[in-house]
Amino acid sequence: MTTTLTKPEPHDAAPTAPRVRRPRSARAGGQMHGGPIAYVILAVFTFGSLFPLVWTAIAASRDNQRLAQTPPPFWFGSNLFKNLDIAWNDANLGKAFVNTTIVAGTSAATIVFLSTIAGFAFAKLRFRGRGAMMLIVIGTMMVPPQLSIIPLYMMVAKLEWTDQLQAVILPSLVSAFGVFFMRQYLIQALPDEIIEAARVDGASSWRVVWHVVFPAARPAMAVLGMLMFVQTWNDFLWPFLVLSQTGNPTVQVAVAGLGRGYTPDQSLIMAGALLGTLPLLLVFAIFGKQIVGGIMQGAVKG
Amino acid sequence: MSTHDTAAPPAKEGGAAPGRPPAAPVDAEARRRARLSRRWQRDIRWSPYAFVSPFFLLFLAFGLFPLIYTGWASLHQVEMTAPTDMNWVGLRNYTRIFDDDFFWNAARNTLTIGVISTVPQLLMAMGLAHILNYRLRASTFYRVAMLAPYATSIAAASLVFVLLFGRDYGMINWALDAVGVSPVDWQNDKWPSQIAVSTIIIWRWTGYNALIYLAAMQAIPQDLYESAALDGASRWQQFFHVTLPSLRPTILFTVVVSTIGASQVFGEPLLFDANKGASGGAEHQFQTLGLYLYEQGWINQHLGRASAIAWTMFLILIVIGIVNYVISRRLRASS
Repeated sequence: MTTTLTKPEPHDAAPTAPRVRRPRSARAGGQMHGGPIAYVILAVFTFGSLFPLVWTAIAASRDNQRLAQTPPPFWFGSNLFKNLDIAWNDANLGKAFVNTTIVAGTSAATIVFLSTIAGFAFAKLRFRGRGAMMLIVIGTMMVPPQLSIIPLYMMVAKLEWTDQLQAVILPSLVSAFGVFFMRQYLIQALPDEIIEAARVDGASSWRVVWHVVFPAARPAMAVLGMLMFVQTWNDFLWPFLVLSQTGNPTVQVAVAGLGRGYTPDQSLIMAGALLGTLPLLLVFAIFGKQIVGGIMQGAVKG
Repeated sequence: MSTHDTAAPPAKEGGAAPGRPPAAPVDAEARRRARLSRRWQRDIRWSPYAFVSPFFLLFLAFGLFPLIYTGWASLHQVEMTAPTDMNWVGLRNYTRIFDDDFFWNAARNTLTIGVISTVPQLLMAMGLAHILNYRLRASTFYRVAMLAPYATSIAAASLVFVLLFGRDYGMINWALDAVGVSPVDWQNDKWPSQIAVSTIIIWRWTGYNALIYLAAMQAIPQDLYESAALDGASRWQQFFHVTLPSLRPTILFTVVVSTIGASQVFGEPLLFDANKGASGGAEHQFQTLGLYLYEQGWINQHLGRASAIAWTMFLILIVIGIVNYVISRRLRASS
């Protein structure tokens, strides 16, 4: 039920948006270059996507009084570093950054590892119940996480894990999407002959995974790792429930806490929001192309 | 146990030596091979299960078990103060919430916010994907730029939009004023506030969905377009008669995922609330089911009732899933 419809060339490099588009000569006579209207529409959407982010930085560089005036500020003021400094200290952001890095790093690494071995089994090994199990994996993507928060919360409360990071990490160690993603990738990226050759040489299954599967899957593992890191970094509901906003927060919980204080200083809130977003925007600026390619690859299914 | 080991790796010593070697070494060698072979067979047979079992074990512990336990808890009176004291009350939690006007209000809000956020989002994503599928200068730049909101957290995005949608000094009202529209109270009026909450969702997810559609569009075989063009189909007709039908599975997928997402909306309305509560505005004008669940469970401390809300949401999703399935089968049958 899930045939691969991705581009025919094997993905040896990290899947990226193809640079060379198929010729479109047959379509309505022409190369199907985007006309000026296409560029106008794209410019509007790009502006809409980026403006709130830029404006966060503008607002974070002003003071509260200036934000309570019309017209709103359109250019940077001089308070940026002062505000960042205060927000950093007020919201315990240093600790929040460490916490979020631990949470997102552990989750992403575990998800990548578990998804690769499971994806390998589903892609390349024959065993009884394989089809049914894969259906269950896909089915779990449809179960909304919000449905399990009450028992999980009771569990965490009973174990006295409130405010502790393992309460956030443990439920986020699995990803059905990850298994599906690695399976799709390995079906085409890992030729059966290599596995057979390793088998003939007497390699055990673990050796095959270690010496054949992991090297072959490395590009996809990197992309999945980034996707999962972004996702866990931005998780809000569950950390918000189990972590306090000042004692031991993740970045998102700390930023939300800034907005829910009783004397809201908007420029400080914006400084916190900016700090909470900046690391991921940097990741995007550097690896954006790979992440885009990864989402596009994971999306294609039949 | 037989000693032939066709599936075993070739022994290091090579095949059996010709002639007749002494009896004892053969025996030892045969035993060694048999042992290796057994281990080999076991490895081949069981390692697939070893590879998939961590996923299923974790899913059982943190997905399936809590889901069932939520159903069980929904039939009990459970208070946050003493989560281990469970008193059987049957379906009373369900009748209680169904009698609660705020439940129906939250259900309606979830539906309207879901529609206002999902429909324009997916339509825009489709249009964007179509444009991005053209030959363009700097196409990677647009893709990355459109995905940037996806990297922004719910918390940061909601707080920024609270300011942009501010009644007195917000940039959106300022822009409306500049074109002669009187200011809108985005926080306290019902429809404006729902539109504002939906805007946050649309902003974060449109680019992501556009990429999913784009990926599916690029997988459509080119000859379909070529033959359509030969038959004299215009670009517009090609879009409707080639692109859209080919995207049907992807569209269905995004609709299902967006529906699940829309049923859970929580952070955006929580942080959009000026009163810092979980009521979704002073008049509950944008309280969603997710927020109502949080209010019942964590503010009012009725975990049993919160569980009943969770299971009601689950049942609604199952119904939507079945409807989706039936519609997609109808569509497939009719084409």
